[in-house]
Amino acid sequence: MIERRPLLDLLTHLMLLVGVAATCFPIWIALVASTHPPERLSQRPLPLWFGDHGWETFSTLLLTDVGQAGGVSITTMLLNSLIMAVGITVGKIAVSLTAAYAVVFFRFPFRFLCFWLIFITLMLPVEVRILPTYDVVAGFLKPAQAAWTWVEGDSWLSRLLGYEVVVAIPNGLLDSYWGLTLPLIASATATFLFRQIFLTVPDELVEAAKIDGAGPWRFFVDILIPLSRTNIAALTIILFIFGWNQYLWPLLMTTDVQMTTVVMGISRMLNTDTALPAWNLVMGTAILAMLPPVIVVLAMQKLFVQGLTEREK
Amino acid sequence: MAERRVIYRQRLLPILLVAPQLAITLVFFLWPAGQAIEQSFYLEDAFGLSREFVAGLNYEALVGDTRYYRSFLTTLIFGLWVTALSIGIALILALAANRVLAAALTYRSLLIWPYAVAPAISGVLWFFLLNPTVGVFAEWLDLVGIDWNHYASGNQALALVIAASVWKQISYNFLFFLAGLQSIPKSLIEAAAIDKAGPWRRFWTITLPLLSPTTFFLLVVNIVYAFFDTFATIHATTSGGPADATTTLVYRVYNTGFIGQDYGSSAAQSVVLMALVIGMTAIQFRYVEKKVSYQ
Repeated sequence: MIERRPLLDLLTHLMLLVGVAATCFPIWIALVASTHPPERLSQRPLPLWFGDHGWETFSTLLLTDVGQAGGVSITTMLLNSLIMAVGITVGKIAVSLTAAYAVVFFRFPFRFLCFWLIFITLMLPVEVRILPTYDVVAGFLKPAQAAWTWVEGDSWLSRLLGYEVVVAIPNGLLDSYWGLTLPLIASATATFLFRQIFLTVPDELVEAAKIDGAGPWRFFVDILIPLSRTNIAALTIILFIFGWNQYLWPLLMTTDVQMTTVVMGISRMLNTDTALPAWNLVMGTAILAMLPPVIVVLAMQKLFVQGLTEREK
Repeated sequence: MAERRVIYRQRLLPILLVAPQLAITLVFFLWPAGQAIEQSFYLEDAFGLSREFVAGLNYEALVGDTRYYRSFLTTLIFGLWVTALSIGIALILALAANRVLAAALTYRSLLIWPYAVAPAISGVLWFFLLNPTVGVFAEWLDLVGIDWNHYASGNQALALVIAASVWKQISYNFLFFLAGLQSIPKSLIEAAAIDKAGPWRRFWTITLPLLSPTTFFLLVVNIVYAFFDTFATIHATTSGGPADATTTLVYRVYNTGFIGQDYGSSAAQSVVLMALVIGMTAIQFRYVEKKVSYQ
């Protein structure tokens, strides 16, 4: 404290409290709404305190197939979201770690070209290349289909197995976990971050490892990865949130309701063509959809803050 | 590019190591981007059966389209409001939190969690709060004589998506401002206080200038956020309406391509957006370079 100014202190706390109240109010109302029956939510004055319908709302959402969501339970959606978020996180970290390792510790032809190609992805968010990317994913397996037909795979396999088989290769990756994750796992920011970290590893350490007979793979797995585990952990939090909160991509990739993720599924509950949306269910779903990432941020706050402010500076 | 002195000599291994990232980049980023550029010079029929080279016709159509101008304007207004409000409010809160050192961490926990909330979910929350029949805010606005109906009023619909986007983004800006404030040397502030500079004066002459790198960084990040990440907020709530009032550039790319199935025009719009992103990234990196040389 520089100087004593009680009035300013009071004002400061007041401002912060207003800020906190404004931040938390939407969640409060969402929680309240999820505990009332839908009829109550259109009667003024609107409820500001909890009702007794909460158990019913959440058990409907989690245990039954919700008609408003297209006949799928929110548990399924949450599971899809989890698979997508974990897939994106693990994928991004894996490909970025290996790419950064290659760029920093090896000399190979077209090294700079590789680096710049990865860099360019920063400038191509999915929003600006919606349709062509959709086309690529939708027809991703067509070359494999053609190749299978060309080598007459079915007849070979049938002969090999002794009975008639037909291998049906789908056209692409729509409505699959591969389609939800694979196209998103290139990451320029993660590659840069790991590159920065790897550049600070002292030459002596690399030499010592070499003298002790550690090959490049051994050095990577036993020394480099353990050295960067704090950064990996911090990045994991941010990427998990990134993955969980995807909206446009799953919207394009999925038509099968069983593949719906919770963040995009909620918009289907909202835009029902029939009657008014069942607001208690919508708000209950909103709570469930934000709970996992919010818990991750609050539980690992220190790591998260460090990861965020250091990554992007 | 910085180099290491000690390296490994393998030839094949590094290529295998970059291959996954490179393959994904080529297949899902560069190829589609190239396709978008190519497509923007063609006119395709609605069934995708045939297409015709039309040179710059798709771009000319955009230049002459008043609805496209309107989207540009909407995006600009939207972006400016979101950036100004979320940066302004976050700065005030960060200054306040930085003053009450003992309680700063508690306040931080209470303020940062909206970062984890998806843009779509934040949109849904505000859509509910402001809903003319079931929304608490709409009820309160009614009490003070404001008739709120974002289904009918374009400006109110825009205000709704701005509120939802700002609410989510404050936490991010707050964290960066707080980190920036905490890195300002205490001695500097104390010296100014000894010279009889009050909190107000100290803010304008010391704190704000020293925060300018953070502010500039946040400016770029927030504009990018307002332009691209808010697609979900808009799609989940107003769907670009009423009467295009909340149709931003990104929303229009989606709408033209997926709903309207006008692939040529959608691709041309994509190319315009790509140019915008490249411009903004370039600005961001020029600034990063400057900052490094400054240190």
